[in-house]
Amino acid sequence: MQPFRSTRGGGVRAWLAASEASLLRNLVDQVVALITPDGPQHPTGQDPKSQDSKGKDPKSQDSKGKDSKGKDPKSKDPKAKADDEIAALEALLHEPAPGTAQGIPQDPVLARLLPDGYRDDPEAAGEFRKYTEPALRDAKQQAAQQMLDSLPDGGGRVQLTADQAQAWLKALNDVRLALGIRLDVSEDFEDQWGRLTPEDPQWTAFEVYAWLGAVQESLVQALTP
Amino acid sequence: MSVAPAEVDLPRSADNPVSDKPWVTIVWNDPVNLMSYVTYVFQHVFGYPKKKATKLMLDVHHKGRAVVAAGAREAMEHNVEVLHGYGLWATVKQD
Repeated sequence: MQPFRSTRGGGVRAWLAASEASLLRNLVDQVVALITPDGPQHPTGQDPKSQDSKGKDPKSQDSKGKDSKGKDPKSKDPKAKADDEIAALEALLHEPAPGTAQGIPQDPVLARLLPDGYRDDPEAAGEFRKYTEPALRDAKQQAAQQMLDSLPDGGGRVQLTADQAQAWLKALNDVRLALGIRLDVSEDFEDQWGRLTPEDPQWTAFEVYAWLGAVQESLVQALTP
Repeated sequence: MSVAPAEVDLPRSADNPVSDKPWVTIVWNDPVNLMSYVTYVFQHVFGYPKKKATKLMLDVHHKGRAVVAAGAREAMEHNVEVLHGYGLWATVKQD
């Protein structure tokens, strides 16, 4: 990757390897699947017609995982290695969690992405959620979709308008939040990572988490006047 | 451009003596959001100058939370919606 740099007109640009673009696409897809109403994590039955192409069928995620599993994990082929990494991340992010009838989602990732607006006041929190959560889900899906639309297939040059850059900021951050919750990261995540061996199943996820942080940091720096 | 918190002018009432207290937007610390990102969001969302945004970010980081805006309840709820869109952990509270 070549980090983000600002361009004229408030935009930014960067360069991504094919494997990096594919990794980002898969991670963003995973988050969209999580936050899509009446997905597997949230069976309360919101409005299925609002899903259109953004709604991800959880079955397709499963089959992707199976496709990748057949590959030799020790393969030096970077494509196969990337597929294995993605399959592992999908498994991590796609943890089944019980649905929620009302109130804060029980899946800790959803609870973090769609947090309560009030503390210590369940009634106000419930009202706030009732009126804002559908819009928040839509906004997150739209940011994710905007990021996917401006992410070049096969990698290469990424050229973003100021508006697209905002979408990337939000969507990248949602991916980091989701991964951070699943990995139970602390502010000293590098120490946590350092205690793992590369053979640890979570090692790659920590590596990806660190990389996403670097991508996000470069985007913030490029956007900061 | 700096945006000062809006003044509140809620009606006073004898049987509801707390109703004239302003509402606040609180941002809570979390281990994931980058310090630079939180500072950027405060600048971008509230129009705070970098110095003020950085101070608020450091308050969140060191004290666990910070009041980032005060004013009418509806305005604070709007802030929280916007901040949730950026993935910050924010809540509304009557001060």
